[in-house]
Amino acid sequence: MRRISACVALIVVAMLTVLAGGLSAQVEPIRIGVYEPMTGAMAAGGQMTWEGILLAHEMTPEVLGRPIRLFLADNKSDPVESANAVAKLIDQDKVIAIIGSYGSSNSMAGGDVAEKAGIPMITDSATNPLVTEGKDYMFRACFIDPFQGEVMAKYAYGEGIRKVAILIDVAQDYSVGLANYFEATFKQLTGDARSVVAKVAYNTGDQDFSAQLTQVINSGAEALFVPGYFGDMALVAKQLRALGSKILLMGGDAIDAPELVIIGGEAAEGIVFSTFYSAEAPATPEAQKFVDAFKAKYGKTPNANGALGYDTYNILVDAIRRAGSDDPKAIRDALANTVDFPAVTGSTTIDESGNATKDAVLLRVEDGKFRYLTTIKP
Amino acid sequence: MQIQHDPRRARLKLILTLLSLALSALAIWWANNNLSSYYLRILNLAGINAILAVSMNLIFGFTGLFSLGHAGFMAVGAYTCALLTLPMRSKQTIFLLAPLAWPFNAVTLPPFPAVLLAGLAAAVMAYLIGLPVLRLRGDYLGIATLGFAEIIRVVANNIPTITNGALGLKGIPSFANNLWWTWGWAAATVWVTSRLVNSVYGRSLLAVKEDEVAAEIMGVNLTYHKILSYVIGSAFAGVGGALMGSLVTAINPKTFGFMLTFNILIIVVAGGLGSITGSVITSVIYTVLLEALRPIESGWSIGPLHVPEIPGLRMVVFALVLLVIILFYQRGLFGGREFTWDGVLDWIDRKRNRKQEVAG
Amino acid sequence: MTWAVFAQNLVNGLSLGSLYALVAIGYTMVYGILRLINFAHSNIFMLGAYMLFYADLMFRLPWWLSFVIAVIVTAIMGVIVERAAYRPLRQAPRISALISAIGVAYFIENLGLVVFGGRPKPFPVPAFFSKSYQLGSVYMANIAWVVPLLSGILLFGLMVLVYRTKVGLAMRAISHDMETSSLMSVDVDRIVAITFGVGSALAAAGGIMWGLKYPQINPLMGTVPGLKAFTAAVLGGIGSIPGAMIGGMLLGMLEIMLVASMPALSGFRDAFAFLVLIVILLARPSGLMGREYREKV
Repeated sequence: MRRISACVALIVVAMLTVLAGGLSAQVEPIRIGVYEPMTGAMAAGGQMTWEGILLAHEMTPEVLGRPIRLFLADNKSDPVESANAVAKLIDQDKVIAIIGSYGSSNSMAGGDVAEKAGIPMITDSATNPLVTEGKDYMFRACFIDPFQGEVMAKYAYGEGIRKVAILIDVAQDYSVGLANYFEATFKQLTGDARSVVAKVAYNTGDQDFSAQLTQVINSGAEALFVPGYFGDMALVAKQLRALGSKILLMGGDAIDAPELVIIGGEAAEGIVFSTFYSAEAPATPEAQKFVDAFKAKYGKTPNANGALGYDTYNILVDAIRRAGSDDPKAIRDALANTVDFPAVTGSTTIDESGNATKDAVLLRVEDGKFRYLTTIKP
Repeated sequence: MQIQHDPRRARLKLILTLLSLALSALAIWWANNNLSSYYLRILNLAGINAILAVSMNLIFGFTGLFSLGHAGFMAVGAYTCALLTLPMRSKQTIFLLAPLAWPFNAVTLPPFPAVLLAGLAAAVMAYLIGLPVLRLRGDYLGIATLGFAEIIRVVANNIPTITNGALGLKGIPSFANNLWWTWGWAAATVWVTSRLVNSVYGRSLLAVKEDEVAAEIMGVNLTYHKILSYVIGSAFAGVGGALMGSLVTAINPKTFGFMLTFNILIIVVAGGLGSITGSVITSVIYTVLLEALRPIESGWSIGPLHVPEIPGLRMVVFALVLLVIILFYQRGLFGGREFTWDGVLDWIDRKRNRKQEVAG
Repeated sequence: MTWAVFAQNLVNGLSLGSLYALVAIGYTMVYGILRLINFAHSNIFMLGAYMLFYADLMFRLPWWLSFVIAVIVTAIMGVIVERAAYRPLRQAPRISALISAIGVAYFIENLGLVVFGGRPKPFPVPAFFSKSYQLGSVYMANIAWVVPLLSGILLFGLMVLVYRTKVGLAMRAISHDMETSSLMSVDVDRIVAITFGVGSALAAAGGIMWGLKYPQINPLMGTVPGLKAFTAAVLGGIGSIPGAMIGGMLLGMLEIMLVASMPALSGFRDAFAFLVLIVILLARPSGLMGREYREKV
């Protein structure tokens, strides 16, 4: 009896699955695939990116006079699933271009499948330099690690700082990459191999940094660079201030989220970070339009991932428009020739290795808001 | 246990085995040439999962060692194989943090010896870990081996001269995206495991599982048998990791977290502890189910019922299916049963006898 | 390391260790009675924090009332999990119950990601807790002593429950021998449900205090503390409540002190925690306070 009801349950699930698969008859849409981590360890990033992509789709639902249809595949924050998801998008959903994925490890696995199938892919926020390396069909809409690391090192040096500490998430390629280039640039600027006075590490998921921060404080560092995500940074700020230290805190674009201030509160005051644009004071009409639309749709301020998701979609749609067809090869060529696209996150040009070059802006937390400091050209 | 001495039946079984091998080969040949790359990828993954599940079943199901270290041995195998097969040019370009250390910067091997060495590396690691740890029992052994796997992962994050740290490796030659490789190794795993289990060693392993003290009194060398099973099982975990790295072409330490071990444990237990058949079939079901559930979250409607797009729903439903299976099949889908030709022939005999009885 | 730095690290370690201890006790209680690694415990921990978040957000209740409600609601959820996913498997092989626990953990985690969203939420922290004082050269926020104090009170209450009440006696009896206890007219189902309720309540309290100390919550927040706390429980001897307390304190202190004394190795911190665990297990195969494994021949 129990076995029978178990079988019935399984059969119902299977039937729903089949039914769901058979319900897709539309008039020749342009098919674009999206693979993002909607579950698993990176779900937060994937969900925020997806919000941006959905918004962009709502605002630009057509290209070449045909509707655009989005196909989302969850990659579970896992490279194995990423490869499966991309294969599924290409073989089952017959997409002609793919957006994704948050998390460089996912993008590297997915990118290989797309490359072999000759389908162009543009990633929203995979900053690891290896993602586009040696790939013809792989592009990205975000900075790569070396640029941001340099920007922040130059900023610190320009502020008269000669001794810095770095707190690295050793399990996060983004964090390791940024720290690496920051350290190299800073040492070069000061000409002193001992100018990085403390280099301490944690692992993704750690929330207690008190021992590391006690170490940083005792090293006599004048500034602390934390290339981690906003949740980590907010906790670092809180714990650092609770330990009585007032040194300058610096971060990268991954801390660009309203939660930095909501969670960090007073402790977040004075944090300086590099990012793409300022959601508080959008400089371009595109940025203003995006921020307004995002707030209207979701009732909250977008973070960097939302903006990148939005831009990635628009860059791709622009390429399809310029290609004038839904031929993957033509779209690939058009993507490679993207010049000065007016994106929310700054005027974007794709270089010969498939990476986006765009300006960085520096922001500082003041009175619970992100204040614009300066713009830095690549 | 009844031992068959019927020479006719022995010959029949041999013919059946050869026939089914030929059929499988034909099926693989057909699939390799006709299936879409998506289906091939899923089948390859199922094959790799089968290798991992059967090898864990050898350690846990047949020897009773509650080991949760599979992900660690997979990491060892995956990194060994990747570093041995990566083309020289990649080795020079992808190591951004620190240059690759000797000997990996000097050698490039063809896939087959690289996979063998991956298995060997995992086996050596298993020996070194097993020697001290296998004295522990039950859940204490589980957490200690889980700890070792986590240590391997954390160390991989911290030695960029070998692993490239968190940046990971990419561009690994994708020889394993080929059914001959994955299911060939799966067949090898099944063959080795079943030979081992049905040998004198197998009886000793069973004795160790059922009652260590009694086994020791009967003259079974506990340490030797535990280590033997652990090393062989882990070697295949290393092979599975190597193939997975090649299938995905990019690896990083995060891939080998402890949840990976638990996913394999789910397959082993859901298939039935001590059933190789169960492990293989459940590997396929598990891998296919995860993909088959995808449409659930993309929104659909049946008549007037509209279900909007809910990203993430797939994993919720997957968890429910898992719970249903384990609640209704408490000993796994296959219990401890195996598929054997004897079983099939006996079943046919019984059927035929019954028919004759009815007719007579 | 100077005295001041050492004292600072001691404060940090005590505070982290008492949180580990609180969560570790939930694992150890369930294990002691059912011999089950309650894999979903870390998800219950997460639910506790979210319940407070929503109680505070939606009903705008006073903080202490939100706390009480969150703990009670989470305890009820723990009991429901036991009823639905563990009780049917009580006669099944132990490993099946473990798989069921993993299934429950998957279910809660992924449902959390769908319902709450993956984006971290700011946890409501009354100003009192985050206020920081300077004692000599040691800095200490109120939360740093509130956590050990509250943990201490909860643990004391638990000890009274287990060693001084009828229910506690029944718990210990079941832990010793479930079948015999049921013959002695102990209502096993009821006692197991109570155990899950109490364990989940402690997990909820742990989750909320974790949120107070590290005020961002997300559906995966339980994973790392859960694994650490489980390690602590095994370290102390799983099944033993004093063992879980000692294990938690020891692990918290070790983690802090390792980074403090060897900053170059801070990336290896998690590896170090497991290395200590393994060394201790090799010396004492049942943990520090665990019952000796007696072989029946």
